[in-house]
Amino acid sequence: MSVEQEQTERTIRCLVAKVGLDGHDRGAHVIARALRDAGFEVIYSGLHRSPDEVVQAAVQEDVDVVGISILSGAHNTLVPKILDGLREYDAFDDRLVLVGGIVPDDDEAELREQGVDEIFGPGASMEEMIAYIREHAPER
Amino acid sequence: MSDLVEDLVAGKHSALARVITKIENRSAGYRDLVSDLHAHTGHADVIGVTGSPGAGKSTLVDKVAAAYREEGLTVGVIAIDPSSPFSGGAVLGDRIRMASNAGDMDVFFRSMSARGSLGGLSTATTDAVTALDAFGKDKIVVETVGAGQNEVDIVRTADTVAVLVPPGSGDDVQMLKAGILEIGDVFVVNKADLDGADRTVQQLREMLGNRDGRPDTGHHGAAATARADGDTDGPGEGEQWDPPIVETVANRGEGVTEFIETLAEHGDYLDRTGKRERQARERYAAEIRTLLREDANDLLAAELERRGGIESYVDAVMAKETDPYGVVDEVLAPLRACLEEREDAP
Repeated sequence: MSVEQEQTERTIRCLVAKVGLDGHDRGAHVIARALRDAGFEVIYSGLHRSPDEVVQAAVQEDVDVVGISILSGAHNTLVPKILDGLREYDAFDDRLVLVGGIVPDDDEAELREQGVDEIFGPGASMEEMIAYIREHAPER
Repeated sequence: MSDLVEDLVAGKHSALARVITKIENRSAGYRDLVSDLHAHTGHADVIGVTGSPGAGKSTLVDKVAAAYREEGLTVGVIAIDPSSPFSGGAVLGDRIRMASNAGDMDVFFRSMSARGSLGGLSTATTDAVTALDAFGKDKIVVETVGAGQNEVDIVRTADTVAVLVPPGSGDDVQMLKAGILEIGDVFVVNKADLDGADRTVQQLREMLGNRDGRPDTGHHGAAATARADGDTDGPGEGEQWDPPIVETVANRGEGVTEFIETLAEHGDYLDRTGKRERQARERYAAEIRTLLREDANDLLAAELERRGGIESYVDAVMAKETDPYGVVDEVLAPLRACLEEREDAP
């Protein structure tokens, strides 16, 4: 039994995080569910998390993917704090950091430079996101 | 000792998290990790919390963790959620309820999914507790939905087991059916402000009374006597633990202090009667047996494969050339011979 278990593909773990004052989490719920149905383990943070709390969850849960959903426009303030926090705990290099929401092009370039791996704006499909994660989830 | 173990023992959170991941995934080398960690364990109190969905386990655990933190203790929490039988995926939602400890790294909260294999889960949980213990956590809480025998096994990794019973869990108190009444050291009626809470406490008290009654009062008596026997000499010999019922309103923090005091009392009882050591011995015995069985299974699976796979044996059985007993004898013969040889020359 356990021989087979060791051979099976490892389970990808994702954190779906809502950060800051933004109170719209319907999209985050939809994403959490879609990722679950794709066979991932999803940890949902709940609303109104601080960057510290997101970092705490990402480190402790040892997720492969940190997905940050922001609609409030505060991404320039909040996302860098999360990236710094992950680095502080040696938890940045082997993790994908994804941002979902409405991010203007200029900000997008800036966020990528700071270490965000991919940004999914309006119109991005779930299949696209799942395929991206499967392809880029870090080797461990 | 590997770097990962070194980092973990040195108190690096990401190392602890990674070790638990390796344990969960059964990645190559995870056994060596757990072996190395073993020497660093033995300091933590392990508390199991179980109960039906919606009983308020996570909320209570959150408040308990906050109270321990106020005493200056560090806490580890493992929360187990079911996984989808279809996709294998899971949404692990208990973290949301850990609001009192959000941002506090000294509460290490880890969600684990059942991943469809409950037998393996109890091994993984035991190993994850080992990791948290080696990390230096003072208190470790294992939280799981109690719905059947497998969850009972998981909770058995704990020194003290708390069973949460929500008010109005039905006239029969559904927990009885799950056989979970036998494993509780402490019972908690959470949401004690709701209608029907008094009645639930009453029903629970009656049922627990039966359990600790004379052996002839029904099948619960067997559990009561089983608890009393196996005593060693020393103070508190023959002392029985009478599981108390605590009422809490976890979301308002009511009754949490009493609950923690009760947990401490049970801890004292375990020490006083030598039961803590006996439980530890039983746990190790069970763990050794499980691992032996798993490994023997693997060895035999490999041997079977080497001999051409089970299908060829099935073919032979179907063709009446041999029978299942004959096949087992044949496959096991070298192993048996080898062990007998060792017996002759120790």
